Amino acid sequence: MGGQATVSEQARRNGAARNGVRDGGLGSRLPSLRGMARLGGGLAGLGRRAGSGLGGQVARRVQRGLAADLDDRDPDYVREHLPLLWLVASLWFRGEVRGLGNIPEQGPVLLVGNHSGGNVPADTFLFTLAFSTYFGVERRFHQLAHNLVLAFPVGRMLRPYGAVAASREHARRALDEGAAVLVYPGGDWEVHRPSWDRNKIDFAGRKGFIQLALERGVPIVPVVAIGGQETALFLARGDRLASALGIDRLLRLKVMPISIALPWVVNVGDFLGHIPLPSKLTIEVLPAIDLEAEFGDDPDVDEVYDHLVARMQEELDTLVAERRLPVLG
Amino acid sequence: MRLNESIEIAAPRQLVWDYVTDPSNCLHFMAGVTRWEVVGEQRTGRGARYRMLIRVGSAEVGGLIEVVEWQPPEDMAWSSVLGVDQRGRWRLRELDDGRTRAELRYAYGVAGAGISGWLAELVSAPQLGDHLRRSLRQLKRQVEHERLRSDAARRRRERSSLAA
Repeated sequence: MGGQATVSEQARRNGAARNGVRDGGLGSRLPSLRGMARLGGGLAGLGRRAGSGLGGQVARRVQRGLAADLDDRDPDYVREHLPLLWLVASLWFRGEVRGLGNIPEQGPVLLVGNHSGGNVPADTFLFTLAFSTYFGVERRFHQLAHNLVLAFPVGRMLRPYGAVAASREHARRALDEGAAVLVYPGGDWEVHRPSWDRNKIDFAGRKGFIQLALERGVPIVPVVAIGGQETALFLARGDRLASALGIDRLLRLKVMPISIALPWVVNVGDFLGHIPLPSKLTIEVLPAIDLEAEFGDDPDVDEVYDHLVARMQEELDTLVAERRLPVLG
Repeated sequence: MRLNESIEIAAPRQLVWDYVTDPSNCLHFMAGVTRWEVVGEQRTGRGARYRMLIRVGSAEVGGLIEVVEWQPPEDMAWSSVLGVDQRGRWRLRELDDGRTRAELRYAYGVAGAGISGWLAELVSAPQLGDHLRRSLRQLKRQVEHERLRSDAARRRRERSSLAA
């Protein structure tokens, strides 16, 4: 596969993002992705400064994570691991995915989901399982992931499933190759929201994904999930803590989540993940939105954003009404 | 994992054969099946291909299958081309009193999945077995109902021809 996003390209983009250079692409339009790019740049810079010490090793591992490429997706690996995903999804999470028929049978599509579960987003695995069994592992499917996730050892396990570092280049290339791309605009902000906000769609005003869909002319398919934020007791995003500790400057990480989770009890940062509670997960895939057909030739991004968030919130409220008890479902 | 279920149907074998091999009937009697679509020009016979999905646990599994054996009105077998590894077979045998014994065999798995694949086969077997049993019961009900309707229609035709 040609045109791989190399480490140097990534670092250049990250450097540009750090220096406030507007490249006119997704990095500048999509705040969540831009933040992730900054994070990568921060870590890469940290590695360069750390040299051959422990910091250098960590940074090299991070850089390898950032070099994740679309070609790392391995359909055979996905196929052989579907039984494991199925076991966990069926027995532990009692997962249910509805409306997969709303996803266009072929061609590129941008799947836009609400993100839940902290650093162990169980609903993402459930959706990956459901998508792969429904359409077959042969259909290209990529998930845009936070750089930090891909930098951790677990990131190596995610790459064969199609997880790639969230970047303008990766998203555009994946869509151009006809892939279905799953993006969580809310990113780390939404995934670490407090448990009492679990039934709220919170994209934090990030609209770059709409620009991406318009630019590539692909439909948006909303994917609404419930139950993921009940896999632990999420207390706070810890954005002030991240700022006080300087982590936002050092690692470009805006949150330092605090939760009550197994096996740590008090879990600060969630860097090592946690054992999720067996919360019932339900995912509803909504009908595809053809932006130009529904909003005209030159859609207003704010209008599309408001419509999409309202539609997803409406569906989430319906799923809430179906749910009798937290965790049990 | 291999599953095997059978049932006796009070209808001639040809009627049962016509019913089970018509792809448009599959969604009506096969329990758990959420999709059964003809892929390509050929609807039935050896070489016909279908895209099928069956709900098991948290997922709809299946894929592209192809009819690999076609011996009307006795045996029809299919095998997977894409998706979960699977083989299925309809065996229809005539009984003495004009009844038919319908047997549905289904074998499935994921090659190379190791112990998790073996566990998944084991865990899914009761649910799939239940799907098979319900499918056969629905087949029996629908074919026997179909037979009653066709018999009644034949009697009406005979009566009207006599009256004429």
